[in-house]
Amino acid sequence: MQKIGVFVCHCGSNIAATVDVKKVVEMAAKEQGVFHAEDYPYMCSEAGQSRIAAAVKEKGLTGIVVCSCSPRMHEATFRKAAERAGINPYMVEIANIREHCSWIHKDMTEATEKAVILMRAAVAKVHLNAPLMAGESRVTKRALVIGGGIAGIQTAIDIADAGYKVDIVEKTPSIGGRMSQLDKTFPTLDCSACILTPKMVEAASHENITIHTWSEVEKVSGFVGNFTVDIRKKARYVNMDKCTGCGVCQEKCPSKKPLNEFNRGLNTRTAIYTPFAQAIPNVPVIDANSCIKLKTGKCGICEKFCQVGAIDYTQKDEIITEQYGAIVVATGFDTIKLDKYGEYAYNESKDVITSLELERIMNAAGPTKGHLERLSDGKAPKEIVFIQCVGSRCSDDRGKPYCSKICCMYTAKHAMLIRDKYPDTNVTVFYIDVRTPGKNFDEFYRRAVEDYGVHYIKGQVGKVMPQADGSLLVQGVDLLDNKQILKKADMVVLATAIEPNPDVRKIATMLTASIDTNNFLTEAHPKLRPVESPTAGVFLSGVCQGPKDIPETVAQAGAAAVKVIGLLAKDKLKTNPCTAKSDELLCNGCSQCANVCPYGAITYEEKLINDHGIRRTSRVAVVNGALCQGCGACTVTCPSGAMDLQGFSNRQILAEVDAICR
Amino acid sequence: MSKQSELIKEISGVNPLKCMKCGKCSASCPSFNEMDIKPHQFVSYVQNEDIEALTQSKSLWKCLSCFACVERCPRGVKPGKLIDAARQVLIRQRGQEGLTANEIPALLDDETPQQLLMSAFRKYRR
Amino acid sequence: MKYSYYPGCTLRNKAKDLDLYARKCAVALGFELEELTDWQCCGGVYPLGSDEIASKLPSVRALNDAKQKGQDLVAVCSACYHVLKRVNDDMANVADIQTRANNYMALEEPYKGETAVLHFLEVLRDRVGFEELKKKVVNPLTGRKIGAYYGCLLLRPSDVMAFDDPENPTILEDFIRALGATPVVYPYRNECCGGYISLKEPNLAASMCDKITSSAAGFEADCLVTACPLCKYNLNKSGKLPIVYFTELLAEALGVKEGDK
Repeated sequence: MQKIGVFVCHCGSNIAATVDVKKVVEMAAKEQGVFHAEDYPYMCSEAGQSRIAAAVKEKGLTGIVVCSCSPRMHEATFRKAAERAGINPYMVEIANIREHCSWIHKDMTEATEKAVILMRAAVAKVHLNAPLMAGESRVTKRALVIGGGIAGIQTAIDIADAGYKVDIVEKTPSIGGRMSQLDKTFPTLDCSACILTPKMVEAASHENITIHTWSEVEKVSGFVGNFTVDIRKKARYVNMDKCTGCGVCQEKCPSKKPLNEFNRGLNTRTAIYTPFAQAIPNVPVIDANSCIKLKTGKCGICEKFCQVGAIDYTQKDEIITEQYGAIVVATGFDTIKLDKYGEYAYNESKDVITSLELERIMNAAGPTKGHLERLSDGKAPKEIVFIQCVGSRCSDDRGKPYCSKICCMYTAKHAMLIRDKYPDTNVTVFYIDVRTPGKNFDEFYRRAVEDYGVHYIKGQVGKVMPQADGSLLVQGVDLLDNKQILKKADMVVLATAIEPNPDVRKIATMLTASIDTNNFLTEAHPKLRPVESPTAGVFLSGVCQGPKDIPETVAQAGAAAVKVIGLLAKDKLKTNPCTAKSDELLCNGCSQCANVCPYGAITYEEKLINDHGIRRTSRVAVVNGALCQGCGACTVTCPSGAMDLQGFSNRQILAEVDAICR
Repeated sequence: MSKQSELIKEISGVNPLKCMKCGKCSASCPSFNEMDIKPHQFVSYVQNEDIEALTQSKSLWKCLSCFACVERCPRGVKPGKLIDAARQVLIRQRGQEGLTANEIPALLDDETPQQLLMSAFRKYRR
Repeated sequence: MKYSYYPGCTLRNKAKDLDLYARKCAVALGFELEELTDWQCCGGVYPLGSDEIASKLPSVRALNDAKQKGQDLVAVCSACYHVLKRVNDDMANVADIQTRANNYMALEEPYKGETAVLHFLEVLRDRVGFEELKKKVVNPLTGRKIGAYYGCLLLRPSDVMAFDDPENPTILEDFIRALGATPVVYPYRNECCGGYISLKEPNLAASMCDKITSSAAGFEADCLVTACPLCKYNLNKSGKLPIVYFTELLAEALGVKEGDK
């Protein structure tokens, strides 16, 4: 029989304004086994915690129920308080009367009644709680960063600088990511490559960093501190050790049709290619889908011209398996597809482009060698219209409900750069709002207007109409003048919404990390744990968590690195003792639990069982407590009721249900 | 008056609060120049319960129900349905029809399709 | 294959050609249009008000008649198709309209949007297939440059009409191509012709139609093809380009245009 104390928190007015806490205390005192009940304005405070300790000492309590906020907030606090008072921390239960009760109800009578019920359920559970001991697991002192853009590079460098090994897995042939595609960066207009390439070189030459480009994460198992990851190193058909990066193979390759991904498909590349001049590693890959030799067996020109014999058409994909203590997701973003936005004529006209395509056009290494040209006829555009919020802030199924955050600033940048370099080109921007929260951001936008004469029009564009003479007729509205505008343009640039890299779904599934309805990875807490995933040991860096510009990405990348370092600095981690356990007498070895276990924690053993004096050998499930994450999938799957979750046993949960239904 | 704005919201099924004032409706409207109250303004007239001005507006008779605004609205507001509901509220009142039988013979020519008469009846009369 | 057929008011009068050619072509293509016996006029315009029930009933009757016959319902006129399809969507998805319309109708079994509503063009695309159609063309319209005029009724609102991409439709262009002609794509092909406004404000409709025909002419179209009698009427007034029904072109290509008219 437990001796239980019930502690009801006011949480200032958060709980007390809606729940009659005195009434909860009064009702708690009537519960069987409750030897102490009290309320206090802030139970999580030092004073509140010492009241718990005092009551334990005075009344000889063996179990504690705290009626307060969500266990996600303060379960750890109260468990530690219990431990200090000499009670096993797993003898503490939280009744969540804030998020589950006071915050979502208005009527005090109803809310109080519900709080009492939640208290009763917790008391009923504590009666069946048993002391549990946390085990320990070791920490592999190596981190994996998925994605080699600026987010991944920065996270890797910061972790490596702290003395830990880091691997970057990047699916394209080079690290660099989106930032390597940008021409200039706002609000300082410094050249993107000039500030990025030193970082790329630093990562590549760092003794603690290993870079796997042209590689993808294939499989992840294990848990915080002990992840096992299979990495697919895609066949490059070029020997990385032999290649000198001379580039002759690319000059000679006769297959010149494939679209150049790095230039957003605006021009073509060869079948053997490095995506851009500063690529790291400076070793080309052969695109098997367009290589004549790989497709037909004939050609072999690159092999013939390679001075060092680096070409190897027989290479196969290779799977390597590595151990990591922590994993950072830095998978970045892409722009949305514009197929559903026919009114902008993006698919009809070559002169309607996305802003990322404009970056490539403005870049000296881009399809037009940095000359601002129409892709249809190579002429210099004299009238350019920018359209903001294309696919952002949409509640329909065409776009995204969020603000993409970076478009207002990069459009100001584009407009300014064009006006600076081509003063006789007019630039008009159709906008809904100009959003410039950031250091020197609004000043930057105002410079575009005041110093560079960029024409901003508050209003949207209804339709872009390609004309027979090759120009574009833009039908928009000026809401401040209350006029519809028909404007002839030579080029239209769409500030296209960004979305998380589509691959992130697959990666999130492998990591059991959660994603939101927009495919952004979810934080453990939106304010207080913004770089951690709810899955222990998985961290978030860059736009995979939400839209960000470069400085924000770099800041978050550093923050993620700090969290990783904090984890890797530990030699051992306490494991959660709330793991599954199989009752050997009931288990019939059917394997159903092992099939549903997402962590591979269940194996089978032939065991000699002493069943009430009858000895028999039986195939039974055995749970590896270090791998088990306590998800409970096996307990509900088990047909014989042999599998149970410690701390959340079937009996405990049914006791809670009984208490609620009483 | 507020009763009438409720009626318009009910008939149209439009929630004016969803509008973010981007102007895409007005940018798309083929009758924009003919209208005194512009498509992006319809929602504010309903929100401000200024139904009198809305139902007296020329715009009621200029909207073609072509649904360009409805199709392109990024917030699913449907301004075209809103103005049609305002028109309904007006023509359901006695003597407010936009087309009388006496007018019709003068409006016809040899080619006038039946469809045009049917459509006009439905748009101008209850 | 037999379809229930809803000709509509105008195809019985001012647009007899549209109807006649549709029937002839159906025969040539191996399907039959069986006219509903008791159809009533759809009203020309879909009643937008959520509380408009009576004005939706003619459509419900036609839809239910097709259901009783176990046939899909085909319309040729864009307006009839638009009204039938939207009312059908209401009957399937809007509980209030479904209940109230069925209360009026007092059918043995309530109608809940079971009938599939097809435009004649959809029959060509989805049932016959443009590839198949191409094989049956005997007089290919080679060398002719034809602009498709969609207008609004076929395309919008796209979530209900689900006819084609509302901004970049291709069905009529594919149709023109199947007949051996060259489609001319121009930006005004889905802009409104003015619709009902031409009765009281012919100048306004004319200015809209002028933009459409000028745009198509700018892209060197010889003529415009439409599926709607009202669009044809309005566009004709601008006089810039000949306007033809799509069924007429089809009949010509299939070699069934002349003869017993």
